[in-house]
Amino acid sequence: MAKERKGIEVSIAIADAVAQADVDVIAAYPITPQTHIVEHLSEIVANGELDAEYVPVDSEHSAMSVCCGSSAVGARTFTSTSSQGLALMSEIFFIAASMRLPMVMALANRSLSGPLSIWNDHTDTMMVRDAGWIHIFVENGQECYDNIFCSFRISEAPTVRLPVAMNLDGFILTHMIEPIMYEDISLVRDYLPKFEMDHTLHPDRPVSMGCFGMPEIYTEAQMNRETGIRDAYPTILKAWQEWGDLTGRYYHPIETYRTDDAEYCIVTMGSYGETAMEVVDALRQEGEKVGVIKIRLWRPFPTEEFRRAVLGKQSLIVIDRAISFGGPGGPVASELKSALYQKAGAPVIVNYVAGLAGRDVSRKDFRKIILEGKAKASQGDTDGFTLYGVRE
Amino acid sequence: MAKPMEKITCQELEIGAVVVEVGNAQEYETGTWRSERPVVTPSLCIKCGVCWIFCPDACIVQAPQGHFEANLTYCKGCGICARECPVGCITMISEEE
Repeated sequence: MAKERKGIEVSIAIADAVAQADVDVIAAYPITPQTHIVEHLSEIVANGELDAEYVPVDSEHSAMSVCCGSSAVGARTFTSTSSQGLALMSEIFFIAASMRLPMVMALANRSLSGPLSIWNDHTDTMMVRDAGWIHIFVENGQECYDNIFCSFRISEAPTVRLPVAMNLDGFILTHMIEPIMYEDISLVRDYLPKFEMDHTLHPDRPVSMGCFGMPEIYTEAQMNRETGIRDAYPTILKAWQEWGDLTGRYYHPIETYRTDDAEYCIVTMGSYGETAMEVVDALRQEGEKVGVIKIRLWRPFPTEEFRRAVLGKQSLIVIDRAISFGGPGGPVASELKSALYQKAGAPVIVNYVAGLAGRDVSRKDFRKIILEGKAKASQGDTDGFTLYGVRE
Repeated sequence: MAKPMEKITCQELEIGAVVVEVGNAQEYETGTWRSERPVVTPSLCIKCGVCWIFCPDACIVQAPQGHFEANLTYCKGCGICARECPVGCITMISEEE
């Protein structure tokens, strides 16, 4: 039977994917631009189409607390938030990872106050970069739909047991209507095994979770987490590989476009990859040897894959969607510089911060960033970052 | 504890540092934290059990003679029992003495 793509709002497709994943508990507080995801899930549960608990909590702090509780008893758990909501739940967000509680969050990326803004950039997710969650970035609606299943598969795997944040650009993705291929429920069932944990909160098998950690044990507990997230890597690869084998849509920690013979590349994370590819196509016609490198997996950071992807390139133009105030550069560029430091023949990095709080970065802007960035690289103008388009 | 806390390696910890050994807090002897210890005068004790109720460490037990006293293996010397005793039969004595 030939499958058909549906024209559907990305947020609704995410909610449908969560329902297809047969989630047990959803706890969320509505916040722009995540709202449609949780509204639709609430509707699906209220209509009796999904046998799950939808917990309409009083705040994001409570949402994450409920998620920790439900995951701790072994329930498949989903939540979604943005910006200020993520900030409010940040205390428990860290705890979910430290207690190794599997759950999936659709993190609809939005700028943080202030000034108060509801629009898209990556300042919210950068705030929790070091919380110990697995972070995946998606580029379009289909990737959102697919990566809900992959995220559950990764999160709940006995070799992983970590919460997964699927980062999607607010509005640019959440509010778009896109053609999305839905998969049959039988395929999803085959792909996503039942969630089972060794230790759950159960009166018949008492355990203590979230205990106090004295100085004698805290360091070992942190090392256990560090090893845990690094060891998750092969499982992440396998989850994406098997999803690709079933659907034909493959995902990789670092993805490249027209990079084979490229002399320089633009590096993006999230939905900007789509525009970058279009602009690169146009520049290629003009003879520019440029490619696109897209970071899909942000944590655990795929250092080796990234190094392989940039091997032999002269320069990288890295677009950040957040400022690290007073820092050496945007968070992504700083990370990439760190991955390449003291590596022989490493490309030079030119850093732009662009598209803050939803300011549009059009093809024309990308073109300008790429060509200007190339010139800066050849002039050795690589310190700090350029805040693209700022009036000064 | 199967193994003292300061000997456990990061590989030996359960995922999420879950503690699977029920009630192992009793292996952790918090009495070493104490700078003062509660001393009871049994003849004054009216056996009301207020100290037993208030002890945040649940380390106070009733002696066969009927009065209450702290288990010094766990007592941190917080002094709440002495503060709450309605007849003042508990005195905090410095461990240096």
